[in-house]
Amino acid sequence: MIRDITLGQYYPGDSWFHRLDARIKIIWTFIYIVSLFLIRDFWGYITVLITLGLIIGISKVPLSFILKGLKPIFFIIIFTFVINMFMTKGTSLIEIGFLTITKEGIRNAFFMGTRLVLLIIGSSLLTLITKPIQLTDGIEKLLSPLQKFGLPSHELAMMMTIALRFIPTLMEETDKIMKAQMARGADFESGNIMRRAKSLIPLLVPLFISAFRIAQDLAMAMEARCYRGGSHRTRMHGMKMKKRDAAAILLMILYVTLIITQAQGILSFLMMSLIQSA
Amino acid sequence: MQIQVKNLNHIYSEGMPYESVSLKDVSFEIEKGEFVGVIGHTGSGKSTLIQHLNGLLKPKSGSILIDGIDITSGEVKMSDIRRRIGLVFQYPEYQLFEETIYKDVAFGPLNLGLTQEETDRRVKTAIKLVGLDYEEIDRRSPFELSGGQKRRVAIAGVIAMEPEILILDEPTAGLDPKSHADILQMIQIIHSARNTTIIIVSHNMDDIARLTNKILVLDKGKLAMAGTPAEVFSQADYLESLGLGLPLSAYLMNELRKRRIPVSEGILNIDEAEEELYSILKTY
Repeated sequence: MIRDITLGQYYPGDSWFHRLDARIKIIWTFIYIVSLFLIRDFWGYITVLITLGLIIGISKVPLSFILKGLKPIFFIIIFTFVINMFMTKGTSLIEIGFLTITKEGIRNAFFMGTRLVLLIIGSSLLTLITKPIQLTDGIEKLLSPLQKFGLPSHELAMMMTIALRFIPTLMEETDKIMKAQMARGADFESGNIMRRAKSLIPLLVPLFISAFRIAQDLAMAMEARCYRGGSHRTRMHGMKMKKRDAAAILLMILYVTLIITQAQGILSFLMMSLIQSA
Repeated sequence: MQIQVKNLNHIYSEGMPYESVSLKDVSFEIEKGEFVGVIGHTGSGKSTLIQHLNGLLKPKSGSILIDGIDITSGEVKMSDIRRRIGLVFQYPEYQLFEETIYKDVAFGPLNLGLTQEETDRRVKTAIKLVGLDYEEIDRRSPFELSGGQKRRVAIAGVIAMEPEILILDEPTAGLDPKSHADILQMIQIIHSARNTTIIIVSHNMDDIARLTNKILVLDKGKLAMAGTPAEVFSQADYLESLGLGLPLSAYLMNELRKRRIPVSEGILNIDEAEEELYSILKTY
């Protein structure tokens, strides 16, 4: 149930994309998200799909694993789809009572739905192929120029590291407490909303206590190892750009150009020349 | 036959990269009123096995019959199973959540839909059974208690459901010697007073040898051995190859035997060892 959420999970591997510098992956993901809102037509989506397909194929993350991550947001996608379908004004196709489905509505619904799906897949792909520790190191490095303006980039990164590190721990804890209370006859699944909310108390109280206990132990352990924050801290694995990172930057630029130049122009040209040569 | 487990298989995180087989073709039987010990190396599948016994985990294949009823089939009501099979998890004190000890212990009985009087009676009996003073603590918060006392309250919460089968996962882990002895004694009392079937997971071979009349040995998800303590602990080399050991008294007897002192076989606890040594000393 809770284990189904793949957002934030890491899929172990040793592919080209796994080994890529985390900073580049973060920037690319950022660009990717922005690009999703720039594309307006069919060809744009094709470009995005091909890029995603290539990354997924090369990094060898099973598609079923990625699609599982969509399950928790399935209803949001359906909701967006339906809202867009009925709420867009334009030439009406079908009228059911006060509801009208327009041509533009269907188009919008389809694009918005796809956009959401692509958004989730793309951003979960970042954590799937990047070790959490590299991810936060990357964020720290990317934010470090802002230190001049007083942004505590190391502290922010450390907070993220800790948060990511403790997601599985807290999930395990939740699972354990849930089972223990179920063994005492607790029922988390039936009843109306009020009953269900109330039934969560036996889960939440012990969970909060556990979280505080874990936090306290962690703080103690960090202090015992003389943790003093970002200053004067060195790294075991320094971040250095390599050849493949340079190649990735080139690919990224290619991707951006494809999106910005309204991909349809180039792609339709390519398709046309293919058809002609065939 | 009260519990009958047949060809139980379980796989964790099926279809994920971290997939691992945690139970493989496990079969055994437990009679009513037996005191069963489950031993095995960390990660051998002990906890997974006991969670199957009260329906918290579903097997991949195989069946679990409780008094002839298959609890793995979808038709059985889970509340009926949990009424009959109590499960005390490791470190149960971490599940306490209510404002008062009374309310926490009453959580299970109330979930069973018992009347207020019956719940009252059961809470009182359970708290007394775990060796706490009901009148003194019933209105206090469980979070004010010491570690050992919290553990007792948590166990009382399961005992108050008056299960026919009580399963305990390392009930004495991390306790001081006094609390350790008290908790084990309490389990013995429950066993003899109500003829409750007890299944206990433990790493302490002395406790297992002293308390149980049947031992299940798990190794990498498979049932490596099953038998009486005398049978199981006679296989010292095999147990050690599984990362387990013998009760201290058994080690002592083995050493004596190596030094050609004729001690008898099957001595597993301090009392028996004492008697044996005494009788041997007399012959010298």
